[in-house]
Amino acid sequence: MLMAVVLVLIVVGSVAFHLVSPWWSTPIASNWGSIDTTIDITFWITGVVYVVVLLFMAYCLYRFRYNPQRRSEYQPENHKLELWLSGLTALGVVGLLTPGLIVWNDYITPPDEATEIEVVAKQWEWGFRLPGKDGVLGTTNIRFMNDENPFGINPDDPAGQDDLLIDDDLHLQTDKPIKFLLRAFDVLHNFYVPQFRAKMDMVPGMITYIWLTPNRADTFDILCAELCGIGHSSMRGIVVVENVADYEQWLKEQITFSQSMAGLNKKIKSEVKLVSRIQDKQALFSVHD
Amino acid sequence: MASETVVIPPAELPEVELYHAKSWITKYVFSQDAKVIAIQYSGTAVLIGLVGLVLSWLMRLQLGFPETFSFIDESEYLQYVTLHGMIMVVYLLTALFLGGFGNYMIPLMVGARDMVFPYANMLSFWIYLLSVLILVASFFVPGGPTGAGWTLYPPQAITSGTPGSDGGIILMLVSLVFFIIGFTMGGLNYAVTVLQARARGMTLMMMPLTVWGIFVATILALFAFPALLVASIMMLFDRILDTSFFIPMIYEMGEVIPREGGSPVLFQHLFWFFGHPEVYIVALPAFGIVSDVISTHARKAIFGYRMMVWAIIAIGGLSFIVWAHHMYVSGMNPYFGFFFATTTLIIAIPTALKLYNWTLTLWKGNIHMTVPMLWCIAFIVTFLNGGVTGLFLGNVSVDVPLSDTMFVVAHFHMVMGVAPIFVIFAAIYHWFPLATGKMLNNAMGQFHFWVTFVGAYLIYFPMHYLGFVGVPRRYYEIGETTFVPPSAADLNAFITIMVLIVGFAQVVFIYNLLTSIFSGKKSEVNPWKATTLEWQTSEFPPGHGNFGDELPVVYRWAYEYGAPENVDDYVPQNIHPDKVARKPIAE
Repeated sequence: MLMAVVLVLIVVGSVAFHLVSPWWSTPIASNWGSIDTTIDITFWITGVVYVVVLLFMAYCLYRFRYNPQRRSEYQPENHKLELWLSGLTALGVVGLLTPGLIVWNDYITPPDEATEIEVVAKQWEWGFRLPGKDGVLGTTNIRFMNDENPFGINPDDPAGQDDLLIDDDLHLQTDKPIKFLLRAFDVLHNFYVPQFRAKMDMVPGMITYIWLTPNRADTFDILCAELCGIGHSSMRGIVVVENVADYEQWLKEQITFSQSMAGLNKKIKSEVKLVSRIQDKQALFSVHD
Repeated sequence: MASETVVIPPAELPEVELYHAKSWITKYVFSQDAKVIAIQYSGTAVLIGLVGLVLSWLMRLQLGFPETFSFIDESEYLQYVTLHGMIMVVYLLTALFLGGFGNYMIPLMVGARDMVFPYANMLSFWIYLLSVLILVASFFVPGGPTGAGWTLYPPQAITSGTPGSDGGIILMLVSLVFFIIGFTMGGLNYAVTVLQARARGMTLMMMPLTVWGIFVATILALFAFPALLVASIMMLFDRILDTSFFIPMIYEMGEVIPREGGSPVLFQHLFWFFGHPEVYIVALPAFGIVSDVISTHARKAIFGYRMMVWAIIAIGGLSFIVWAHHMYVSGMNPYFGFFFATTTLIIAIPTALKLYNWTLTLWKGNIHMTVPMLWCIAFIVTFLNGGVTGLFLGNVSVDVPLSDTMFVVAHFHMVMGVAPIFVIFAAIYHWFPLATGKMLNNAMGQFHFWVTFVGAYLIYFPMHYLGFVGVPRRYYEIGETTFVPPSAADLNAFITIMVLIVGFAQVVFIYNLLTSIFSGKKSEVNPWKATTLEWQTSEFPPGHGNFGDELPVVYRWAYEYGAPENVDDYVPQNIHPDKVARKPIAE
């Protein structure tokens, strides 16, 4: 009896919590409203099942509570009922899966006009690379990485010379589709902006991608959503979505790969020698231990 | 059921001579008796489980009250997260369901004297104990235990930016290797005993669902654990011998690490090829046990027994082709998403059917609201809740915003933490009289149940909504953001307080267990009036060899409750049809 009451309270309480709680999806800022719609569909279908099953159970517990004068009914099977229930469940599954797969197809198919922007992650910071005037990102390889060339851009690739390197906030313009190419240098990371809904792991040794169209001008947090070591929770970045004029202005202030190499060359040469001396020493130690 | 017409086949082989212990040590320590091994397994699993429980308290203290406890820093927090997960999933749940309940229930329920390979069964426990000790040792090595998350994803698991990347990760992997070796010895036992040592008349389709659940789970584990074994060994090589199974060329801490060709995603495939069946390794025994306990306490035949068996088998089979639903945003080929979302949602059909059949078993039953029954109802609630949220995460595009958030944490705790643990409690309250001859204290049992059930629901139900907000999992602290409202901190504090309250209820439970063993009310024989063989032994509690001089012969299925032609509302499986009291037939 008590349990039947508690079950009803759980149903009422859960539905009420869902309706009035202050915690719900953070307002969307990209084209992925369709993902939110599939969440709503899923909520409706599964929510109805949840409520019906629990109320049915509450009724059974109340109606068929123990009575020494009574015997339970002996009915080991009812094939027809089981088939009906399986059929209805299958129907529900189709109702969930269809929108799910349609949206997934959109999710993995970037439009041709999408601009490519590279996001790089390493413990525990973000970097961004824009293709520059030629519209093409230069090739990269971990082998080229060092303090002078933190993105590992191939120095002999002409396409890479005008790439814009950004180690501060990323800016995007509204209503322009973007294909993010995701690259990690050390361990797994995950490029995650809650308001964009999209997310994808960044895996060392391969390039992954997501695409989206930011559609609301504001400032958003970038978080890492794949555990990446002791700095995981503090690996934050900022993305600013703004109108074309502001974006163009920001773009002008960024420096290209070749500019950064030229600027750095003098300053770093002496440091490189020091670093390589330290590395030699470390190699010596590691041979001995 | 037309069980009365079943022809009982003659014994095919003479009985095998049972091993008899000659000393106290071989009887209680290096025991080959499955019942003693079961208690050893269960005791060890519960003890290490308590460590896992305390780790969850520490974790929740940090999340509920950030910047309050100076002794918890980020690397310790990650170590708590990792060890809590690994202990609960592998060293508690797997060991308790298979090593504990498997050992205790299989021989008794199928009508055997013991497991078929008692010596290997004994080794199984001692190797499991060794694996637990190695795991515990990792707390005491320099750098502490690994903080890589229970999924141990490389490269992070073995690189220097992760806590415990010195000795901790090595001991973790070695411990897993031993666990798997130990489990395999036990697992082969459980499977072969079910297939070869059943009592005369006990056809496969007459076995109680508990045995079916544990049997199929064992088969899954025998196929799934090898994937984890090879993954663990390959990662050990990567860590110790600098091989490149999972490590590509990376740039770490200002240096190019000259490895080549390894794939971090390969590890994830191996891990989840184990990891997803693992969910069902825990769930299927729970499904089986809950079916039997519900049927017994509702005094009603389990509804749709045959469908329940086929559903267990179907779920077991399907569980091997859904693993990559854990990897929708891992960077694997995105087209896999279509396949794995489809298989994942298909698995919902047999699972839902099981759930319907449990509730339909209550329909027109005669329901005793005993403590074991309460736990079963609570299981249905939490399992349904967790199953429903699984339909969000399994459905590829819905998973995208929710993946790696607190929604996932709430989902898997509901479905494979809370729900199976509730079944474990149901099973302990149900079978404690069998194992000890004593009843557990009812008042403490009620207290334990209500606090745990209501508390667990209040912990995990609202936690889903933090996931909708977008709070990521495995975060030491969320800090200032543009999207998490300040009220989320209050919710986190509330959850932490509930965790501590529910934790206290477990202390009451342990106290109840320990005092009832010694001073509990004496149980009558077969106190729940159950039909299954474990309650029909010659001695109560069952002694060495289980069934006295003669093994039982089985005449009917395990769910003869409330059959209208019988005088009693239940008929045990081993009562000869001629000896069943019938009602006079009305003309």
